[in-house]
Amino acid sequence: MSQVQDYPSRISDPKSRKAETFSYLPKMTDDQIKKQVEYIISKGWNPAIEHTEPENAFSYYWYMWKLPMFGETDASAVLAEVNNCIKANPNNHVRLIGYDNFAQSQGANMLVKRGDM
Amino acid sequence: MAKTYNAGVKEYRETYWMPDYEPKDSDFLACFKVVPQEGVSREECAAAVAAESSTGTWTTVWTDLLTDLDYYKGRAYRIEDVPGDDSAYYAFIAYPIDLFEEGSIVSVMTSLVGNVFGFKALRSIRLEDIRFPLAYVMTCGGPPHGIQVERDKMDKYGRPMLGCTIKPKLGLSAKNYGRAVYECLRGGLDFTKDDENVTSQPFMRWRDRFLFCQEAIEKAQVETGERKGHYLNVTAGTPEEMYERAEFAKEIGTPIIMHDFLTGGLTANTGLANYCRKNGLLLHIHRAMHGVIDRNPMHGIHFRVLAKVLRLSGGDHLHSGTVVGKLEGDREATLGWIDIMRDSFIPENRSRGIMFDQDFGAMPGVIPVASGGIHVWHMPALVTIFGDDSVLQFGGGTLGHPWGNAAGAAANRVALEACVQARNEGIEVEKNGKEVLTNAAKHSPELKIAMETWKEIKFEFDTVDKLDVAHK
Repeated sequence: MSQVQDYPSRISDPKSRKAETFSYLPKMTDDQIKKQVEYIISKGWNPAIEHTEPENAFSYYWYMWKLPMFGETDASAVLAEVNNCIKANPNNHVRLIGYDNFAQSQGANMLVKRGDM
Repeated sequence: MAKTYNAGVKEYRETYWMPDYEPKDSDFLACFKVVPQEGVSREECAAAVAAESSTGTWTTVWTDLLTDLDYYKGRAYRIEDVPGDDSAYYAFIAYPIDLFEEGSIVSVMTSLVGNVFGFKALRSIRLEDIRFPLAYVMTCGGPPHGIQVERDKMDKYGRPMLGCTIKPKLGLSAKNYGRAVYECLRGGLDFTKDDENVTSQPFMRWRDRFLFCQEAIEKAQVETGERKGHYLNVTAGTPEEMYERAEFAKEIGTPIIMHDFLTGGLTANTGLANYCRKNGLLLHIHRAMHGVIDRNPMHGIHFRVLAKVLRLSGGDHLHSGTVVGKLEGDREATLGWIDIMRDSFIPENRSRGIMFDQDFGAMPGVIPVASGGIHVWHMPALVTIFGDDSVLQFGGGTLGHPWGNAAGAAANRVALEACVQARNEGIEVEKNGKEVLTNAAKHSPELKIAMETWKEIKFEFDTVDKLDVAHK
């Protein structure tokens, strides 16, 4: 049994909380986030940013950061807004969304920054 | 001019072979692959199929003259060679829409795959495809919620969802079973699933299972902060018992239940789908018995037809095969029927075995579920084949992890997210799967050991039900 590892998830430990897509991966660099933005734009989706206090992350509705960036095709502009949102809400989870208005759904929705817990 | 009555047997082709017929938008169209008995001409055989699946019987009857049989009859309008097989050919039949009861997929199947399948003049017959007219599609309920609503309810986007069937499939107590569910969900899976054999046996009655699984879901949600579900199987011996189980599932607030649409039957399935729509339950559909019906390339019903039938009858998930796992499934054919499950309009595409355009209009889509003998090494191929709107289900590939279910679940989740991330970055993940997974494993000891455990497992057998392609 000594080779078997425990799975270290606990209700008592807020760090065990996940936040959906990409919350099981290491934090992305700005370069990596930019590539994801480029993916969203290449699909013709509308980029959007949301954030929340980590303790309220289970809610369907996070805070919208401004409005979805309809028609934005400059990945750097979207990345700059991601960083603006993080700067203004340093303790919050931040996610990047790609609204697919034809499917009436979100084609992408990924955690780009974990808040402090 | 009125017809006169002549008792006796007429050749079917005199009435039912209409090569000049132009199918209407409102017609049902069916394509059968037929092998006639020796000495029966193609036209006679196609006409016989049209007759026996619509208005005809073996002899003329006087009451034929009390109606307009020329309107109600099925019409054999085209015959084509089957690529790669000289003994068989495709017979195309058109049926007027009012041969079938509105909203009753049972009525359609009773005609189209009824008596005709036992007809002696045929050596074998297989229903390859049906074009349901949009006017008829609109009379069916379809999936209780559909792909977008399920994503919204479960709050999961931009990736396939992950599941796992709980094993051993039979014999666990309800509490031990719930333990297995909890471990999978806390490790990062979105769903777990009752094995189809699990209903309400003496070792685990349904009510106990439902309650323990619900506790597992709720605790895993608190622990991970993500929404979770377990497909509680409500398939039962009678419709009354099925509804009682569904009702209880609703009362305890579980998000998704499950039904076996072929063994349970289409009537039960359609009723349950209506119940789920009315009560906000997602509906997962298993397909036990499909292999009996769809695997023989010469006789039976192709799975693409069963998939259409289920979409019309109602279900939010449907098992589709994996292409890469332990169960049968040709890649191109599978790509064809997952389009049939999900898309609004599916064009005719012979290279995928799709014989007709199919318009589902605004009917919601069904999420294909890839399940059976898959593990982390298959992840790059699965993400490529199925795309985001799918559930990838790792049973042994989760529960068989050397450190247990939670670690197995985490390994699958990390592998999935790494593949999606790489795909979004423009990397061809199927080609570069090893590199993508190896990089991801640097941050996940659970994934690293899973990759070592299942390195050598492959299921490389030839497909039995291949698409019809020329080989000469």
